[in-house]
Amino acid sequence: MSTPLTESAPASAAEPAAALASKPGPPLWLLLELTYRCPLHCAFCYNPTNYAQSGPELDTGDWIRVLREARALGAVQLGLSGGEPLMREDLEEIVAEAHSLGFYSNLITSGVGLTETRIKALKESGLDHIQLSFQDSSRQMNDFLSSTRTFELKSKVAALIKQYDYPMVLNVVLHRLNIDHVEEILQMALRLGADYVELANTQYYGWAWHNREQLLPSRAQVQRAEETMQRFRETLSEPMRIFFVVPDYFERRPKACMNGLGSIFLTIAPDGTALPCHAARMLPDLTFPNVRSAGVAEIWYDSASFNHFRGDGWMKEPCRSCPEKARDFGGCRCQAYLLTGDAANADPVCDLSPHHHLVTEAVARAEVPASSQPAHAERPLVFRSDLNSATLFSDKSGA
Amino acid sequence: MNAQVIGPESRPAIMRGFRLQWEAAQNAQVLLFPEGMIKLNGSAGEIMKRCDGARTIAEITADLERAFATAGLLDDVVRFVEMAVGKQWLRITP
Repeated sequence: MSTPLTESAPASAAEPAAALASKPGPPLWLLLELTYRCPLHCAFCYNPTNYAQSGPELDTGDWIRVLREARALGAVQLGLSGGEPLMREDLEEIVAEAHSLGFYSNLITSGVGLTETRIKALKESGLDHIQLSFQDSSRQMNDFLSSTRTFELKSKVAALIKQYDYPMVLNVVLHRLNIDHVEEILQMALRLGADYVELANTQYYGWAWHNREQLLPSRAQVQRAEETMQRFRETLSEPMRIFFVVPDYFERRPKACMNGLGSIFLTIAPDGTALPCHAARMLPDLTFPNVRSAGVAEIWYDSASFNHFRGDGWMKEPCRSCPEKARDFGGCRCQAYLLTGDAANADPVCDLSPHHHLVTEAVARAEVPASSQPAHAERPLVFRSDLNSATLFSDKSGA
Repeated sequence: MNAQVIGPESRPAIMRGFRLQWEAAQNAQVLLFPEGMIKLNGSAGEIMKRCDGARTIAEITADLERAFATAGLLDDVVRFVEMAVGKQWLRITP
């Protein structure tokens, strides 16, 4: 899944998002990671690499209680994700409850398991929208990148999504191995009748972080992809909208990650751990609460871990005195931690960060063709799997 | 679809797959759509909730002018609908 698209309305139509507010607003955006089980094995998955050590999944009653409590606080956008959420046999029941509470529900799926019986039941339960992921435009590359044979199946699922009159969002995660196929990916999206296409450049967390050296594209690849996308957009006669999620390693300012931790996003992991971002479990020295033992309101407003990165008291220089801190909140805490070892540092994507060289060095390594990279040319992609998760990554961080 | 002319006789409707609803926690009309939401200010919310695909912009304007005891809103409503159609929040029904 990519970072959700929260558009801000023009000044005439909407109020500005509260920045660095002293009292947090409600968790408008609720993401339920219903399960870490997944039939795919994507090498760029953002799930923690040690997911296999995660505790038992919440049961139906727990998820329904979370929905009710979060909705009472004002949560309204709901993501149902994973893993593959269709692995949960109670998905329809969860969707029906969400619908009756007034959530706008988004199913974020690989499509595996989305039979006609289930899409019909989901429609009847009130599901609002389906986001379908593809790994590439070709069967060969899609199947290689997900380490499965799923391309044909996904194409059939796309047809079902149209048949059941859902707006269709296709999501394709871009990286070194498929970014040169942007034209073909967009052609495929047109053929499938997509309403939106998200070309989401890989964000380097979880499995993607582990495989970063193999996945990071060169700057020339990124530029070509963006130009191709622009050209395609200009010639488009049909109402397909294209979102290009910029790869932040190539930027000079960080993304306003999660609009600041604890400001609008609340994720519940499969085992009930409540997180201010789906990657935040890696952050050290924070004990995240669990919905099995605490209510959602208490977690959101009162827990130490959700309050930790609110406001700007936690910031170090150069963020603390930076006039841009209200715009990007210092960037991504997880990225700061992964790259510098300290989650309170500026996101090194920012060229004001003393650690910015860690990003530019990674980008420089990506400029060298794979054929002349002795060090990591030898290193294979590590696909997400239960076995790899259990045996290769027993470290606590799961990063 | 870009060359659409929007005028008093156009009938705007909320985009397919989108939903407009009142959110007490935000004290606002909120437009919900795939992976996004827009919090509308008071006047935008009042216009949007009347965009049912049946009423024309002229009828919506007359209703707003009655409800708020004012006059001369037509240009504002047309401009808002043009903006919202451009952003694909609204569509014009045939």
